[in-house]
Amino acid sequence: MSLRRLASIVVKELRQLRRDRLTFAMIIGVPTMQLVLFGYAINSDVRNLETAVLDQANTARSRELVAQMGATGVVALGRRLVSTAEVDAVLRAGEVSAVLVLPPDFDTRLERRDRPAVQIVVDGSEQVIQAAARQLASFPLYENRGWTQRQGSGIEVVNLYNPERRAPVNTVPGLVGLIVTMTMVMFTALALVRERERGNLEMLIATPVSPWELTIGKILPFVGIGLVQTTVVLVLGDLLFDVPFRGVLWQLYVAALVFITANLSLGLLVSTLTRTQFQAMQLSFFLFLPQILLSGFMFPYAGMPVAAQYVAEVLPLTHFLRLVRGIMLRGATITELWPSLAALGAFVAVMLAIAVSRVHKRLD
Amino acid sequence: MASAETAIHARGLTKRFGTLAAVDRLDLTVRRREVYGFLGPNGSGKSTTIRMLCGLLAPSAGEIEVLGLRIPRDAEMLKRRIGYMTQKFSLYEDLTVGENLAFLAAVHDVPGAVARPRIAELLERYRLTKQRKQLAGTLSGGQKQRLALAGTVLHKPDLLFLDEPTSAVDPQSRREFWDSLFELADEGTTLLVSTHYMDEAERCTRLAILDHGRIVADGTPRELMDGLPGATWLVETDEPRQVQAALHDLPGVIAIAQIGASLRVLAAPEGGFEQGAAARLATAGLMAAVHATGPNLEDVFVAATAKSAERAREPA
Repeated sequence: MSLRRLASIVVKELRQLRRDRLTFAMIIGVPTMQLVLFGYAINSDVRNLETAVLDQANTARSRELVAQMGATGVVALGRRLVSTAEVDAVLRAGEVSAVLVLPPDFDTRLERRDRPAVQIVVDGSEQVIQAAARQLASFPLYENRGWTQRQGSGIEVVNLYNPERRAPVNTVPGLVGLIVTMTMVMFTALALVRERERGNLEMLIATPVSPWELTIGKILPFVGIGLVQTTVVLVLGDLLFDVPFRGVLWQLYVAALVFITANLSLGLLVSTLTRTQFQAMQLSFFLFLPQILLSGFMFPYAGMPVAAQYVAEVLPLTHFLRLVRGIMLRGATITELWPSLAALGAFVAVMLAIAVSRVHKRLD
Repeated sequence: MASAETAIHARGLTKRFGTLAAVDRLDLTVRRREVYGFLGPNGSGKSTTIRMLCGLLAPSAGEIEVLGLRIPRDAEMLKRRIGYMTQKFSLYEDLTVGENLAFLAAVHDVPGAVARPRIAELLERYRLTKQRKQLAGTLSGGQKQRLALAGTVLHKPDLLFLDEPTSAVDPQSRREFWDSLFELADEGTTLLVSTHYMDEAERCTRLAILDHGRIVADGTPRELMDGLPGATWLVETDEPRQVQAALHDLPGVIAIAQIGASLRVLAAPEGGFEQGAAARLATAGLMAAVHATGPNLEDVFVAATAKSAERAREPA
C-alpha cells in the first residue's frame, strides 16, 4: 500500500465533497433536523396538559396538593373553576384537557381513606391524555407526598436516570447512532457505485491503485464527517434538550469512531454489491429499517422475541446504543462495556474484508 | 514467440458474454512505435479487445502478451507502463483540470518534483493552461479529450490504448488530436487506437478491420486498398436513385453507395460489371456513364464486412 496514493484518494474525495453542496449541507443538516424532529416529536410522555382546578374544599391541605400536582409538570394548571357545572363546559369547549376536582369534604376523605379524595376528569377523546391521567392517578395521595414513594399497591416507582421522565434524554443518545448509521451507510454506499456509474472506475482500475488504497481512501474522509455529526448531535442535545452527560467524553468518541467505521464498511459492501446509485440507495434503506426497529432505539430490546434478539446482536446500532446510553446516561466506562465494543470491532473486520475482496480491479 | 520489437501479441483471444462471442479467436500482433488502428462498426469487439489487452477483462480463452508481460497474470505490472483512454470521458467532472492531473500523477506514483513540471508541460502542449482552475465538467468536447489524453500520457507510458477517442469531438479537433497522436508516436510510444472514421483509419501505420469479434482484414492502409479483391466503379447519372434500384441486384455487385449525384459501386473480382450494368441500364432506359475508379478504405471496409456477413449466413 502506498501512502501517497492513499492520500491522493482522500484528497480527491474531500475536494469532490466540497463541490457537492447538497451532500455537504446534509452532513450538518441531517443531524440537526433529525435531532429537532425526533427530540420534540418522539415524546410518549405528555407534559403541560392544560388543566383547570375546581377546589371545593379550599383548605390548606387541598391547596398544598394542587400545588404539588402542578409541580410535576404533567399538568399546567390554569383556570380556577367555582361550580361543577363549569367542568363539563370547559372540557366540551376544548379549553382544557383535564379538570382536577377536589370535593368539599376533601380533608375528611383523606383521613378516612374510604372514598377517592381527588377526581381527575379528562378529555377521553385523546389517547395520550388518558395515559397522562393514569400517570397523574398514580400520584401518592396518602402518607408523605413526594415523587418516589411507596404507592397504595406497594410498588415503588424509582426512575433513577431520567427522573423527570423526559423522552429526549432517552432519544438523543440513540439519535447519535441512528444519524451516523443513516448518513454513513448511504454516503459510502454511493461512493464506489458513483465512480462506476460515471465511468471513473474504468479509468481508475487501469492505474496502479490497489483495492485497499481505493477502499480505505474512500472511507477515511467519512470517518471525520461521522465524528463531526456525532459532535453536532451531542452539542445540540445539550443546548436544546439539556441531555446529561455522565461519562467520559473521549470514551464516547472512541465508541463512536468504531461505530462509524462499522457503518462505513457496511456501506462499502453495499457499494460493491450494487450496480447503480439507485440500487445502492434502496439497499441502504433496506439495511436501515431493521436497525431502527430491532436495535432497541424504538422498542426495548428486552421485550423482543428471542429470534429478533439474535438478529439485533448482529446489528452495529444495537451495540452502539448500549455503549452510548451506558456512557452518557449511566456514566459507565468503556472497559465495563467492552463486549459491545468488541462486537463492533468484529463487525468492522468482517465487513471490510468482504468489501475489499469484492473490489476487483477488473470489469467482469 | 514475441520479440523485443513486439508490443502486443495475442493468439486465439476470445471473450464470451453468455452465448455471445464478443471477441472470437482473434490473433493480433502490434509492433513497437506503430500507430495501430482498430476499424470496425459498433459491437464488433473493439472495446472488449482493448479491455482484455489492458488486463481489465479476463479473456475466456487465448493468450496475451503485452510489453513482454503475460496478461492477465501480470496485469498490475502492466498498468504502470500503459495509458488507457476510455471511450467515455472518465476523469472527475467535479475536479478542476489541475486537480485531475495532480490526482493522476499521485495515483501513478509520479514523484511531486517530477509531476509539477510535467503537468505544466502537458497543459501547455495540450493548450489547457488557461483552463487549469476550471472544473473538468465545464470544458468543451475537444478540451475534455485533450485533458483525457494529458492524463493518459502523464506517467510517460510505453503503450497507449485509445478507445474511440474522437467520437465526441468536431472534425477540427479530431484533426489536431491525431497530430498529437503522431507526436507521441515520434517520441517512441506505441499506440492502439479504435475508430469508426475512415479518414482516421487511413492515417494509421497499420490497421485491422474488426467485424463480429474477428479481424476480417489487416495490413497497412495502402496494402489493404491495393489488395482489395474486386473493382470499384463510379456511375455518373442524373437519376441516381433509379440507377441504384436497377443495379443493386446485379450479380457480382457487393455494395452501392450514393456519393452526391454519382454512385460508387463495389463489384466482385470476377469482372463483367461494366457489361452487366450496360445491359440493365439499357433495359430500364436509364442514362449513365460508368468508369473505373481507385479503391479507398471504405471500399475495403465494405468488402471485408460484407464477406464476413456472407460467411455468417452460410450454414456451419
